[in-house]
Amino acid sequence: MRILYPFIAVLALVLIALVGANLPGGQALIGVVLPYVAFLIFLGGFVAKILGWAKSPVPFRIPTTCGQEKSLSWIPQNCIDNPSTRGGVVIRMILEIFLFRSLFRNTKTEIHDGPKLVYGSSKYLWLFGLLFHYCFLTIVIRHLRLFTTPVPFFVSVTEYLDGFFQVGLPVLYQTDIIFVLAITFLFLRRVIMPQVRYISLPADYFPLFLIMGIAITGILMRYFLRADIVSIKQLTMGLVTFSPSIKEGISSVFFIHLFLVCVLLAYFPFSKLMHLGGVFLSPTRNMTNNSRMVRHENPWNDPNIKPHSYAHYEDEFREFMVEAGLPVDKGLPPSADEDPAEK
Amino acid sequence: MADPKAAQLGVSVVKDPSLMTGAIPTKDWMDVPAIFKPGNYCYPAKAKMVEYHHFPNPREWTVESDDWKLDPNWKQIILEGMRERLMKFRSFKIFMDCCVRCGACADKCHFFLGTGDPKNMPVLRAELMRSIYRHDFTAAGKILGRLAGAREMDFGVLKEWFMYFYQCTECRRCSVFCPYGIDTAEITMMGRELLHLVSVNTNWILEPLANCNRTGNHLGLQPHTLKENTEYLLDDIESITGVRINPTFNRKGAEILFITPSADFFADPGIYTMMGYLLLFEHIGLDYTMSTYASEGGNFGLFTSNEMMKKINGKMYAEAKHLGVKWILGGECGHMWRVVHQYMDTMNGPADFLEEPISPITGTRFENAASTKMVHVSEFTADLIKNNKLKIDARRNDHRTVTFHDSCNPSRAMGMLEEPRYILKNVVNKFHEMPPNTIREQTFCCGSGTGLNTGEIMELRMRGGLPRANAVKHVKDKYGVNTLSCVCAIDRATLLALMDYWNPGVAVCGVSELVGNALVMDGEKERETGLRFEELAS
Ligand code: HEM
Ligand code: SF4
Ligand code: SF4
Repeated sequence: MRILYPFIAVLALVLIALVGANLPGGQALIGVVLPYVAFLIFLGGFVAKILGWAKSPVPFRIPTTCGQEKSLSWIPQNCIDNPSTRGGVVIRMILEIFLFRSLFRNTKTEIHDGPKLVYGSSKYLWLFGLLFHYCFLTIVIRHLRLFTTPVPFFVSVTEYLDGFFQVGLPVLYQTDIIFVLAITFLFLRRVIMPQVRYISLPADYFPLFLIMGIAITGILMRYFLRADIVSIKQLTMGLVTFSPSIKEGISSVFFIHLFLVCVLLAYFPFSKLMHLGGVFLSPTRNMTNNSRMVRHENPWNDPNIKPHSYAHYEDEFREFMVEAGLPVDKGLPPSADEDPAEK
Repeated sequence: MADPKAAQLGVSVVKDPSLMTGAIPTKDWMDVPAIFKPGNYCYPAKAKMVEYHHFPNPREWTVESDDWKLDPNWKQIILEGMRERLMKFRSFKIFMDCCVRCGACADKCHFFLGTGDPKNMPVLRAELMRSIYRHDFTAAGKILGRLAGAREMDFGVLKEWFMYFYQCTECRRCSVFCPYGIDTAEITMMGRELLHLVSVNTNWILEPLANCNRTGNHLGLQPHTLKENTEYLLDDIESITGVRINPTFNRKGAEILFITPSADFFADPGIYTMMGYLLLFEHIGLDYTMSTYASEGGNFGLFTSNEMMKKINGKMYAEAKHLGVKWILGGECGHMWRVVHQYMDTMNGPADFLEEPISPITGTRFENAASTKMVHVSEFTADLIKNNKLKIDARRNDHRTVTFHDSCNPSRAMGMLEEPRYILKNVVNKFHEMPPNTIREQTFCCGSGTGLNTGEIMELRMRGGLPRANAVKHVKDKYGVNTLSCVCAIDRATLLALMDYWNPGVAVCGVSELVGNALVMDGEKERETGLRFEELAS
């Protein structure tokens, strides 16, 4: 059910798009109205989510330290995994965001007779995760060709490098293959590994199927059905210049592709895909570990919370203290004040 | 393995079908109820404890019963509490939203490794809370319900929370591996705060807290008792070393206030660590005092709520001010140092009445404690050794083959990894590290932190401690390690039980005990035994 429902949902989306593209006015709806709406939802939702997070303060300085702290001058600090300066944090974050450093630590634990626990290295998730994300990024950059004239240099370079081996006609992009492989791996991993399978929700399969749908329709268009690129670019340029127009004869696959992308955009801010934004704000990663060097302020620190006072303590135990030869502030009064008020 | 129960459990963790041993549960986790039976839960707090702390709805109740005598409004209280905390803690909000359920954290938790219970995977532990968050605080959850992984708060969920937020020791190991740094310990902390709002709490946490508030320490030692206990230790020191030490309590005008967990005054083997501190301070002629009022370094408030943590911890600065010391030196304790390092200054500071700590012996300025003005005894000792201020005879520890257990908090919430190792390498001759996946930032919890070191859940603790014990066994078999050293008072209590269970014959000690044992004191007599009256190597 957790796998089937999201699969059916994506199939349904494909069908809707297919039918829609062939109804009168449907192409304008999917090709013009929907992209604007989806983009607005994406932008608005994204910003709202980030602002929502930012609105909550970070009351305590709670980095997860993964290396030696800064302490005595002769003990080498691990400036990246346990940063005490902004610069260290920036490097830590860059490594997290561009290289998935924490995921790189991943191990797989097995339990054998004995009992004996064995920790094996396990870098597949890291590898395929990284491939998946970089391919995604490359594909997004390549798509900028559709929204710009002239096409910026970095887009052309990306295209050139991606098709470096000059195989096939049209030139085969390596990212297309790797992307499909990587996402298939992520899917299979979810289905096959018992632990991951057990924790997976429909909301984990849905984006996978959706993205797979986008990739498949994209690949169909490029390599097999040969969509009319000129008309498509006219449409996309129209969108960015706010003078959209749709030519006749664009194939239905394109509308399915576009429809799924719009769904992804609109879905993004309300889903786990927001990890994109969250990773930047994660307090265990983006804070310096300098809480003993510099005082961190908590905006809602309550000044009324006070410890049980020494005076009360001495009042309760004064006799014992005097008898035991411990110093006291007040000394024993003739009639000891019997007030064991606690608080 | 001498203990037949241990042998049995050793087979059970490997053979019993569980998610850890490859058996896939047939039911969706949302459909598996939490069932309490003797041994899998901590006893609830007594009504008078709840009352003492002014928590709501004091009552006697039993965990196994289906009537927890909750406030009729309990659901609303929890949801309101959640709303409030989402506004107060960015960590909570982000961790509720960002998990991709990649499962990288799943097999990193010692409780999952030892129990194979799916809900002990950090990600599922967090989902217990996230499912409620989705239902009440997100659009998708409100509309799609269970399809979006959302579910309504009900008594079954509350039971799950009580079960699994008390099978997490807030050790942060999961957080090291998560690509977004999601720290399940934060979520557990929030979960426990929420449970306290409806007074679903455990006696093993609230009673020490009550003691701590009134007498200054968790054990409830009154001032004269504390002093008396110290006298016994001083007598022992005298008969072992021939040196009489006269430390002071509550002395105004001392340069340094020394605060350590109260277990070090009272409980075996913490007392030997205490003897180590006393010998060290005597050896260097430190001008220090201890306090009977602030006689607890530990802070069970950390396991309760941020307010309670603040209240309990306030005594450290209050006493430092009252006595007029220059700075504070802190003893060996894991969660104490989480609080001191990451929370104290923020909660109880600024400590502008203290001075930036400078070692009176070496002149070293502890710049890393410039604001909080509290230094860890391992940092302090490492500096002394580096500057050749200690006369050490490491051969006195030759009867010990030592390994070091990094406690969760000093390693993952502070990063004090090298200081204790440097000390150890100077005071013992035979030192061996456990495997790399089980030390430093990847260290495994003792399995009984955060107020779980209570007798009624012994099997659970032994399961949770299995990964740690297993790594010790590895070096025991390989190098003949017979001593597990650590810088944590909870560890000194819990590892003792853990070793007796899984690795009989391995002793547990604080690093400072080994220091004290190796120190060549002025005017000492020839040592015939170690600080435990144990025989030395011939
Ligand atoms: C910047 C740091 C990022 C990190 C560390 C990161 C990490 C991850 C990880 C570990 C997964 C889990 C793979 C799995 O589900 O098994 C994932 C999934 C995913 N990420 Fe990212 N990601 C990042 C940024 C992004 C960005 C910029 C996007 C933009 C679209 C993105 C899109 C996705 C998508 C669509 C998935 C879904 C795959 C799935 O559901 O399994 N991520 N990410
Ligand atoms: S490692 Fe982090 S993102 Fe992955 S399942 Fe665990 S908490 Fe979620
Ligand atoms: S903090 Fe520690 S005990 Fe808690 S879920 Fe994470 S690994 Fe397990």
